Amino acid sequence: MDYQPLTINSRPLKLSGFEAVVITSASNFVNIGERTNVTGSARFLKLIKEDKFDEALEVALDQVRGGAQVIDVNMDEGMLDSKAAMIRFLNLMASEPEIAAVPVMIDSSKWEVIEAGLKCLQGKGIVNSISLKEGEKEFIRQAKLVKRYGAAAVVMAFDEQGQADTYEKRIGICQRAYSILTEKVQFAPEDIIFDPNIFPIATGIDEHRNYALDFFRAAKWIRENLHHSHVSGGVSNVSFSFRGNQPVREAMHSAFLYHAIKNGMDMGIVNPAMLEVYDEIPKELLERVEDVLLNRREDATERLLEYAETVKGVSKKKEADDAWRNGTIEDRLTHALVKGIVDFIEVDTEEARKKYGALQVIEGPLMAGMNVVGDLFGAGKMFLPQVVKSARVMKKSVAYLTPFLEEEKKLTGASGKAVAKILLATVKGDVHDIGKNIVGVVLACNNFEVVDLGVMVPAEKIIESARREKVDAIGLSGLITPSLDEMIHVAKEMQHEKMELPLLIGGATTSRIHTAVKIDPVYNGPVVHVLDASKSVPVTSELVNPITRPSFKEKTKKEYEVMRKDHASRQQIKSYISLSDARKNKVAINWETSPIVKPQFIGRKTFKNYPLEEIAQHIDWTPFFQAWMLAGRYPDILKDEVVGAEATKLLTDAKKMLSEIIRDKSLQASAAIAFYPANATTTDDINLYDATGKTFKTLRFLRQQSKKAQNLPNFCLSDFVAPESVEKNDYIGMFAVTAGIGLENLVIKYKSQIDDYSEIMAKVLADRLAEAFAELMHLRVRKEFWGYAKSENLSDAELIDEKYQGIRPAPGYPACPDHTEKKAIFDLLKAEEVGILLTDSLAMYPAAAVSGYYFSNPQSNYFGLGKIEKDQVAEYASRKGMSVQEVEKWLAPNLAY
Amino acid sequence: MSIEEILKKRIMVLDGAMGTMIQRYKLEEKDFRNEQLKDHPFPVKGNNDLLSITRPEIIKEIHRKYFEAGADIAETNTFGSTSVAQGDYHLEHLVYDINLAGAKIAREVADEFTKKEPGKPRFVAGSMGPTTKLSSMSPDVNNPGYRAITFDQLVTAFKEQAKGLLDGGVDLFLVETITDTLNAKAALFAIQELFDETGQSIPIMVSGTITDASGRILSGQTTEAFLISVAHAPLLSIGLNCALGASALRPYLQVLGEKAPFFTSAHPNAGLPNEFGQYDQTPEDMANQIEEFLKEGLVNIIGGCCGTTPEHIKLIAELASKYKPRRILSMADSQ
Repeated sequence: MDYQPLTINSRPLKLSGFEAVVITSASNFVNIGERTNVTGSARFLKLIKEDKFDEALEVALDQVRGGAQVIDVNMDEGMLDSKAAMIRFLNLMASEPEIAAVPVMIDSSKWEVIEAGLKCLQGKGIVNSISLKEGEKEFIRQAKLVKRYGAAAVVMAFDEQGQADTYEKRIGICQRAYSILTEKVQFAPEDIIFDPNIFPIATGIDEHRNYALDFFRAAKWIRENLHHSHVSGGVSNVSFSFRGNQPVREAMHSAFLYHAIKNGMDMGIVNPAMLEVYDEIPKELLERVEDVLLNRREDATERLLEYAETVKGVSKKKEADDAWRNGTIEDRLTHALVKGIVDFIEVDTEEARKKYGALQVIEGPLMAGMNVVGDLFGAGKMFLPQVVKSARVMKKSVAYLTPFLEEEKKLTGASGKAVAKILLATVKGDVHDIGKNIVGVVLACNNFEVVDLGVMVPAEKIIESARREKVDAIGLSGLITPSLDEMIHVAKEMQHEKMELPLLIGGATTSRIHTAVKIDPVYNGPVVHVLDASKSVPVTSELVNPITRPSFKEKTKKEYEVMRKDHASRQQIKSYISLSDARKNKVAINWETSPIVKPQFIGRKTFKNYPLEEIAQHIDWTPFFQAWMLAGRYPDILKDEVVGAEATKLLTDAKKMLSEIIRDKSLQASAAIAFYPANATTTDDINLYDATGKTFKTLRFLRQQSKKAQNLPNFCLSDFVAPESVEKNDYIGMFAVTAGIGLENLVIKYKSQIDDYSEIMAKVLADRLAEAFAELMHLRVRKEFWGYAKSENLSDAELIDEKYQGIRPAPGYPACPDHTEKKAIFDLLKAEEVGILLTDSLAMYPAAAVSGYYFSNPQSNYFGLGKIEKDQVAEYASRKGMSVQEVEKWLAPNLAY
Repeated sequence: MSIEEILKKRIMVLDGAMGTMIQRYKLEEKDFRNEQLKDHPFPVKGNNDLLSITRPEIIKEIHRKYFEAGADIAETNTFGSTSVAQGDYHLEHLVYDINLAGAKIAREVADEFTKKEPGKPRFVAGSMGPTTKLSSMSPDVNNPGYRAITFDQLVTAFKEQAKGLLDGGVDLFLVETITDTLNAKAALFAIQELFDETGQSIPIMVSGTITDASGRILSGQTTEAFLISVAHAPLLSIGLNCALGASALRPYLQVLGEKAPFFTSAHPNAGLPNEFGQYDQTPEDMANQIEEFLKEGLVNIIGGCCGTTPEHIKLIAELASKYKPRRILSMADSQ
């Protein structure tokens, strides 16, 4: 508004909702929304009476959006329990962040309603009103309490004699009230807002002719004489006689404000939607309105009435900021969730449902929207009450979809019960539950059944309830530090009880890394850290669904394992030793006594079209099921309650295809192995000797450099081969096997039949056969070709557990992560002759292939290299004749720097 | 010399974390119990305030360490000593006793130090935490109009606590770690009622908590809105504590520094807890960050919250002695 206010040097009036509202003399004029007033709005009264508080809340929201800087709430109506309605409405307003941003004016003629309202406001609001109506004593008592509750007050120009209706009475009462407040109550003068009474004009009654003019004069006097105080009033009163005639009322309000503001009125109860712009009031109308306001003509009232007849019924169109309504359905849903707007949610949900189907709306656009909310919250761009509001919009949408979901379920034959049952608890020792409750609601919104055990819940109770209620997952929450330990305790107890339920971890102090490092390792079931409520649904959905659970679990377990390793390596950041020190701490093998066996042949030996039947007997079926995302150990998995039937069917199909493959020879297996005399060098390499004893090839290895506990060596694979210094020839072997020759044709065949299942099955079987072939070949190496363990006689299970002597590590794996060493192996084996090639990126082709080294020493074992330091990388590069940069590229995950 | 007079002259030092220090003792369930509580049917481990009754020597020792480190003001071990918070342990009936004991212990140690060093009087601030329930937000998202606790219930609870503290001889009240301004307003209301009833009156400090990156109190208010909402009470100081480390607190302290017509205080955490819930900001790190706002003249009272130890307070006290206190604004300045 460009109205020119009276210039007064006074202290600001400071108010607050979620935001601070500081009213200074430069603030011009403060709008107080008046539509949430049962005495002034028939619509609002109807909504309250009909208990439609949700819709009533929308009225408040409209006002804030319409520019109200303070919201007036009035519940004074004979048929209402005004106090209860006030409390309920204020509490609801507090949960609407957009409304709660602004301060509240608690408007009632009953002190008990005002006091009840004050007890609901966290911000500094305004009491409307107190007055000398019931005498000085009561006035002082109320003013003291207003001050103690921390509010400003509207003081009506009203005393024991009645309401002031002249200029003199107005300033007289205000003067008296001001003195009492500032001197006896020590009320801050800037917190006093005088209401010198706005009365209807143009009523036809002569005594009313000066009402507006007297108000203007009184306002000016108050602002100039009662220092720091403010002047307010209910503006719509002035046009009371023109009810039903919007154009005239709007013009009257604007013109009244124009003059009142000029005279020092700095706040007012105004419906911003019922204000014409002063400059846009038709000239004729303005003149007639001002004649009335300023009492300029005898016939002012008649002339305005006359004009009013001509413009009856014309009303301004309301414009809302609804440009967002033009977006895509997905954008609209996200907007509604982020802004917490429920107005259109049902229409939009219906539109989305037609496009996606009910379930997909939840899992698609709604969850996407909630993710946006979660991200904004994480970035500090939304705060908790807003997030809570978003959850409610979500709930409304889901509620709308529920009947459709039921129908979809009927169609698909699924049962009508909740998706799953989730137990939630704040752990023992912790009493914080706000976040947990939000998670509970968000989950409930998404059709989960929530069993909430509350706060301070001991592990025993969690486990006992989980069993009794047959829940599908357990969610633990906690805010304080010791809760982290308690969560570990709960996880341990769950493990102790051999539970397998998914465990979700959430709460302010929890973190992914803590979950990964401290909780995940103590519990074999799925453990997932859930960042916030918005993330709880997708995570929980994946975990309780038997189809997605194994893969999700495996994925998470793997991620956490990586994080643990990463964490462990970072923890050791300062605990690396130099390469020369690491070499001093090599594996101690007494080469005087340690057995060295000469292989049955030196050089290479190849195997083409190795009988698949024999290989098939060595298949380890556990990884086969993992490949199909079914978790469990073979053969127990066949009897598993959940996946047993599926696993059995899968195995039957696999065996059927396997016998077809064997019968048709549609896959072929080939292998190459080789043995050479060798010794370890002082620089961790292994030299291979030709028939004349000359070094003809050198294999390169890396050594662990992390600082080890006492008695633990810094491993290097070359430690397992006798060093040059003992002057005894030792031996090393190598191998490459495949069972994937012909797989491509098989895949093409199934593809042409659009048989995905068989296609995947063929690939999985080829992999398993290759692994089995590697196992079989290793067995034969131990027993015949190298023959260092001729009397080995182990069961299948012992074989799978690698109980045998010697190892077969592969380049690219933890003990020897340098893929480039594959080249040396393939050169020596001439592996291409049996159909195994090495691609440029050092992958093997066919993919169903395995290659590696053979070490026979009884002390040889698998280990992980871990991180290495620059000194080793530089030396290794020079040993290999590669640039440091290239070595760093290949060994990136292993660099400690 | 009154605390107001001292505050005009120098930056005063509040002590550090109580919980962090208590954790060092690795106490078990039995340590929290005494003869009277031996058959209490609910677990009380973690109810640190109870130690003022059951293990007073530990609490005294902690107060002593902070005073030795240079703190001017000790906070009583009564952060959770309202019937609301103690209700979680079913110990509502002990609330007055816990506050009385907490206040007396701190009083005794403070007097011991003042006697030794009359030039540096030690003060006791009665710590009043936010309770465990919010009065302006619903814990039930389905029912946003619901309140787990009312203003009146909070006033009753805080008054009982304040009474115990006052009877135990505290010099100040510290309404702290405010997560819901309406709870704080109830505490301030209760304290003023108590003043009226007893005819006694002591200075009041308030301290809010900015909980997340939005820069707001948990219940939604900005720092300035928070200041405005509690400024009606006769405060000695307003400040911020907990949740964030010193650096993260600085922008919000600037708001208070610029706008508050009271003394200002800060007792930040020793940084943010790491993923394992430990605070690993060293005393030196924290002191460096705090020096920033001492330089800027943002505060009058400085101390530490979660994760801080006597080692932190020692460095902070050394720094505080080097810088001038913030000049308090008059009402007219605070526009």
